Amino acid sequence: MDAIGWIILVAKVLIVFAFLMVAVIVTVWAERRTVAFMQQRIGPNRVGPFGILQTLADGLKLFFKEDVVPAGVDRAVYLAAPLVAVIPAFMSFAIVPWGNTFRIGRRVVEMQLADLNVGILFFLAMGSLMVYGVVLAGWSSGSTYPLFGAVRSSAQMISYEIAMGLSVVAVVLAAGTLSTRGIVDAQAGTWFGFVPHWFAISQLPAFVVFLLAGIAESNRPPFDLPEAETELVAGYHLEYSGVRFMMFFLAEYLHVITTSAIATTLFLGGWRGPIPPFARPVWPPLWFLAKVVVLVFVFVWARATLPRVRYDRLMAFGWKVLIPASLVWVMATATLVALGPVVSRATLVAGTGLAAGALALWWLARVTLARRAGIRAARPGEEVARGGR
Amino acid sequence: MSAREVWAQGGDWSRAVEAAGEDRIIVNLGPQHPSTHGVLRIVIELDGETVIGCRPVVGYLHTGIEKNTEVRNWVQGCAFVTRMDYLSPFFNELAYSLSVEKLLGIEAPPRAQAIRVLLCELNRISSHVVYLATGGMELGALSAMLYGFRERETVLDIFEAITGLRMNHAFIRPGGVALDVPGDALGRIAEFVEDFPHRVDDYEDLLTDNPIWLERNRGIGVLGARDCAALGVTGPVLRAAGVPWDLRRAQPYCGYENYEFEVPVAETADCLGRYAVRIREMRESIRIVDQAARGLLPGPVMVEDPKIAWPSRLSLGPDGIGNSPDYIRTIMGESMEALIHHFKLVTEGFRVPAGEVYVPVESPRGELGFHVVSTGEARPWRVHVRDPSFVNLQALPAMAVGGLIADVIATVASLDPVMGGCDR
Repeated sequence: MDAIGWIILVAKVLIVFAFLMVAVIVTVWAERRTVAFMQQRIGPNRVGPFGILQTLADGLKLFFKEDVVPAGVDRAVYLAAPLVAVIPAFMSFAIVPWGNTFRIGRRVVEMQLADLNVGILFFLAMGSLMVYGVVLAGWSSGSTYPLFGAVRSSAQMISYEIAMGLSVVAVVLAAGTLSTRGIVDAQAGTWFGFVPHWFAISQLPAFVVFLLAGIAESNRPPFDLPEAETELVAGYHLEYSGVRFMMFFLAEYLHVITTSAIATTLFLGGWRGPIPPFARPVWPPLWFLAKVVVLVFVFVWARATLPRVRYDRLMAFGWKVLIPASLVWVMATATLVALGPVVSRATLVAGTGLAAGALALWWLARVTLARRAGIRAARPGEEVARGGR
Repeated sequence: MSAREVWAQGGDWSRAVEAAGEDRIIVNLGPQHPSTHGVLRIVIELDGETVIGCRPVVGYLHTGIEKNTEVRNWVQGCAFVTRMDYLSPFFNELAYSLSVEKLLGIEAPPRAQAIRVLLCELNRISSHVVYLATGGMELGALSAMLYGFRERETVLDIFEAITGLRMNHAFIRPGGVALDVPGDALGRIAEFVEDFPHRVDDYEDLLTDNPIWLERNRGIGVLGARDCAALGVTGPVLRAAGVPWDLRRAQPYCGYENYEFEVPVAETADCLGRYAVRIREMRESIRIVDQAARGLLPGPVMVEDPKIAWPSRLSLGPDGIGNSPDYIRTIMGESMEALIHHFKLVTEGFRVPAGEVYVPVESPRGELGFHVVSTGEARPWRVHVRDPSFVNLQALPAMAVGGLIADVIATVASLDPVMGGCDR
C-alpha cells in the first residue's frame, strides 16, 4: 500500500472512531429524552441545545472523578477489565460497510474500514471478547454482587452468542459469502419493484433471533441481568467509579450501536436505498444511519416497556426456544439453497421466510391473547367473594 | 446470641458468614439497596442463586413515634402517628382517632365519617399506585414507576386541596376532621373518579398483558391461607390467598356498611394474585370514593362538645391557611366560655377516661390496629401500633426460601412494606 493509501486508511479509522464517540453521546442523550417522553417526563434539557451536551458534561464529570480501587480487588485484572470491555466494542465496527465506493482521482475508496473475507466471523469473535470484560470485572472486584453479575453474564452472553451465530449462519448461507460487503450486495434489488431484497424479509426468523440475541449480548433491558439494578445493585461494574465506570457505560452503548449496525448490514440491506441523482456519495451513509437509528430506537423502546426477565427464564428461553428455532431455520435455509438450481432461489427463500414469519407472529399473538384471556377473566365481577356478612 | 440473630446496629456479619460455611454465599441485601423499600435489610443465604435462608432485619427507621405520643396530648398524637406509615397517613390518623373516640365514648358526626371514608379510599389508591410503581420498578418496568407516581401526584393534589398538605396531614382528629371539604375539591374528586379507571386500564395494558410481568410474578412467593393465618398476615396478601377478610366488611367502621363495594380475592396466593387483588381494590376504592363524594350530607364535621372539639377553626386566607378571624373575634371579644375552652384545650388538652381499647382498620397493607391505654390523663399512657408492614414482613422467609434471589425482590415488592410503619 502506498502513502496515499495509508492516509486514506488512517482518515477512515479516525472518522469511524469519531463517529462512534459522537454516536454514543447522541444515543445516550436520545435514549434519555425518548424514555422521558414515553414516561411523561422531560429528560435532560439544560446543557446545550435540547440538552444534547448533557452526556458530554456527564462524561467530563466522570473523567475528573476519583478512580477508586477498593481494597481486596485483584488489582491488575480490575484495572484492565474496562479496557477489555471497551476495545472489542470499537473493533467490531471495523467490518461494517457504511456506504458504497467512491472515487478520488483514479483511486476507488470503500466506505468501510476492512472488508475481511471472514468479516462476519470477526464480529462474532469480538462479541465473545466482550464477555471477558464483564467476567473479569465481576471476578476481580472481590465482592458478592459483581460476582453474581459476572457469573450471570458469562452464562447469558455465551448462550445467546450461539443463537446469534446460528442466525448469522442462515444469512451467510443465503448470501453465499462471509464478507459483509458481499452480504449487502446480496440484498440488492427488489420484488415487484418496491419490496427490497432485505434478509429481514426473506430471513425474518433469523432477523428476530438476531435482534433478541443482540439485546441480550449488549446487556440491555429486558435482558440486563448482569447489572440487574434492583437485584445486584449494579452488577459487574458495582465497584467501579470515574473513568473506568465510564468505559463500561461506553462499551454498553457502543455495543448497542454496533449490534444495530451489523443488523442493518445483515438484514436491512446495509447502505442500500433509493439514491437521488444529486450528491450521490452522501446517500448511502445516510440510508445506513437512518436504519441504524431505527434499530437503536427499538433497543430504547424495549427498555421503556418491558420488565426484566428472570435469570433462569432467560437461559431457558435462549436454550429451549432461540437455539432450536435458529437450528431449524438454518436447516431450512440450507435445504432451500441446495434446491436453488431447481427453483428460483430468491423466490423460494422469500416465500418460506414470509410463511415462517407469519407463522411465528400468529403463534405469538395466540399465546399473548390466551394469556390475556387467562388473567383478564379474573377481573371484577367474576369469582369475587363477599366477605364477612 | 445465636448465629442466626441479626441486629439493626450491626456487628453480626462475621458470625453470619461463619455459620454459612464454605460453599454458601451470604448476601447482605440492604439497608442501602435499590429495592428494599427504604431501609429494610435482608440477610440472604444462597446456594448458587437459590435462597436457602432469609432473615429480614428491621429497625433502621425507628422514630420513637409510639413512645413520643405518651408525652403529648391526645390531639397532638394525630400529628405523630400520621408520620408512621407515610404512604397511608390517613389510615394511621383514622385508627388512632377511632380508638381515642372509643375511649371517650363519642362518635364523629356523619359528614365527618363520610369525609374520612373519602380520604381513606383516595389514600388507598395513592398507596396502591405506589405499590405498582415500586413493584414495577423492582422488576425492571421503569415506565410503570413513573405512571404510578403520576397518579399518586393527582391524589396528593386533591389531599392538598382538602387538608393543605400532601402528606402527614393530621387532618382526621378525635371527634371528627379538622376542616370541612372545600367546594372545589369535590369537583377535582369527580374528575379523578372519571379519569382514574382508564388509568388502571393503562396499567393493565402495560403489566397484566405483559408475558414477562406474568412470568416474574406467577407462582412466586406463595403463602397459603393457613400460613397467612399462622403468621398473622393480613391485607391483600391474605386476600390473594383466597380469604375474603376485609375489616371494612368484617367489622365495619365509619359507616362502611352503607357503601357498596366488593372484596376482591384471588386463589393463587402468589405475587400475581396480590397484584390482581390490588388492581381490583383500586377499582373498588374509586367506587367508594364516588359514593362518599356524592352522598356527602351537609352538617358539622366535628363533635359539638366544646370540651373536645379542637378549637382552631381554620380558614383559607389570602396568605394560605390560618385562624378564622370570626373565631378569633368570638374568643377574644364575645364569649368568655369559648376563651376558657380554647385555653384549656390548647394548653392542657382534654382528658380521656381511663381504659384500654384496640381498634383496627383495614389499611392498604392489612390490619392496622391501635391499642391505646388511658389512665384518665390528658395524654395517653401507652399507644401500641399493630402495623401490617411489620407483621407481614415476618412472612418473608416463609415465602422466599426455596426461590431464586430475583424472586426475593418480587416477593418483598408484593408485600409492599413501608418501613416507616414497620419500625415506628
